[in-house]
Amino acid sequence: MASEAKALGSAWGGGGSPFAIGSKKFGMWLFIVSDALTFSALLATYTYCRMSTANWPTPFHFSPSVIFSTIMTLVLLSSSLTMVMGVHAMAHGNRKGAVAWILATMAGGAGFVILHLTEWMHLIRDEKVTPFGNPWGEPLFGATFFGITGLHMTHVTIGVIYLGIIALGVGRGKFTYEDVEVSGLYWHFVDLVWMFVFPLVYLMSVKM
Amino acid sequence: MSAHEAHAETHVEGTTKLFLVVWIGLLVLTGIEVFLAYIQTPLAIMLIVLMGLSLIKAALIIAYFMHLKFERFSLFMVLFPMLIFCIMMLFVWMPDAQRALQLRPGQ
Repeated sequence: MASEAKALGSAWGGGGSPFAIGSKKFGMWLFIVSDALTFSALLATYTYCRMSTANWPTPFHFSPSVIFSTIMTLVLLSSSLTMVMGVHAMAHGNRKGAVAWILATMAGGAGFVILHLTEWMHLIRDEKVTPFGNPWGEPLFGATFFGITGLHMTHVTIGVIYLGIIALGVGRGKFTYEDVEVSGLYWHFVDLVWMFVFPLVYLMSVKM
Repeated sequence: MSAHEAHAETHVEGTTKLFLVVWIGLLVLTGIEVFLAYIQTPLAIMLIVLMGLSLIKAALIIAYFMHLKFERFSLFMVLFPMLIFCIMMLFVWMPDAQRALQLRPGQ
């Protein structure tokens, strides 16, 4: 905890952290910024492919596809709220409460992945969409769709595992408030990315 | 748990009520986005409105859920201006998409 005291010292007085946060939190912020660039590049590539194609397919019917993905969005958004509550509980020294909220967050994340995989399976089996081709003629549709949503789903899956480790540690009285807060930062970032993937990939592809 | 850690743990900002209000705000914005898709807004208008709403949602998540509003301003200055600038540079290629459109055979 010496780093905390150091962090709160004067920025010009030789203190270790001019941002008044611990190194773990700063490290996660740097990772988030670099990861944000990865997703930005993917979404920009998708936009480029779409703009340079005359007949980009817009295959998603409002019902059920968009309603389904809206439910996925609500699940992920709500899991962000439970994560905030977990961090809040930990801030007040309530370890049991924090574990319960983190478990709720994990349930939300797992629910999101299950819903997403259900949708993928429907697309692959029933609609015959793969990363290499689809019935609507533009192979890049499948490549960008599975590439972007796949990378996001990987992040959610890793997040659920990460939160599991944090919940286990918090339950055993090992991890501190900062550890929970840092895992929360990651989780909110995953939610934030979906706030761009959902409109660009789903809402912009509604069948007219 | 040491006394020092206990002190560090009480040093937080933001209330349960605030987080709930932000969450409801995010739900409402999502609802507006889905409604735009439901009434089949023209794609160009929809793209602009959706991106505007998504930026507001991102700002809400970063400011309140990720606590950036309660951090030092220097942290924001180190992380975000360069991120925004890099993302803007990605759009440099977008006019080229129009050129590629005309180069492709059969379209």
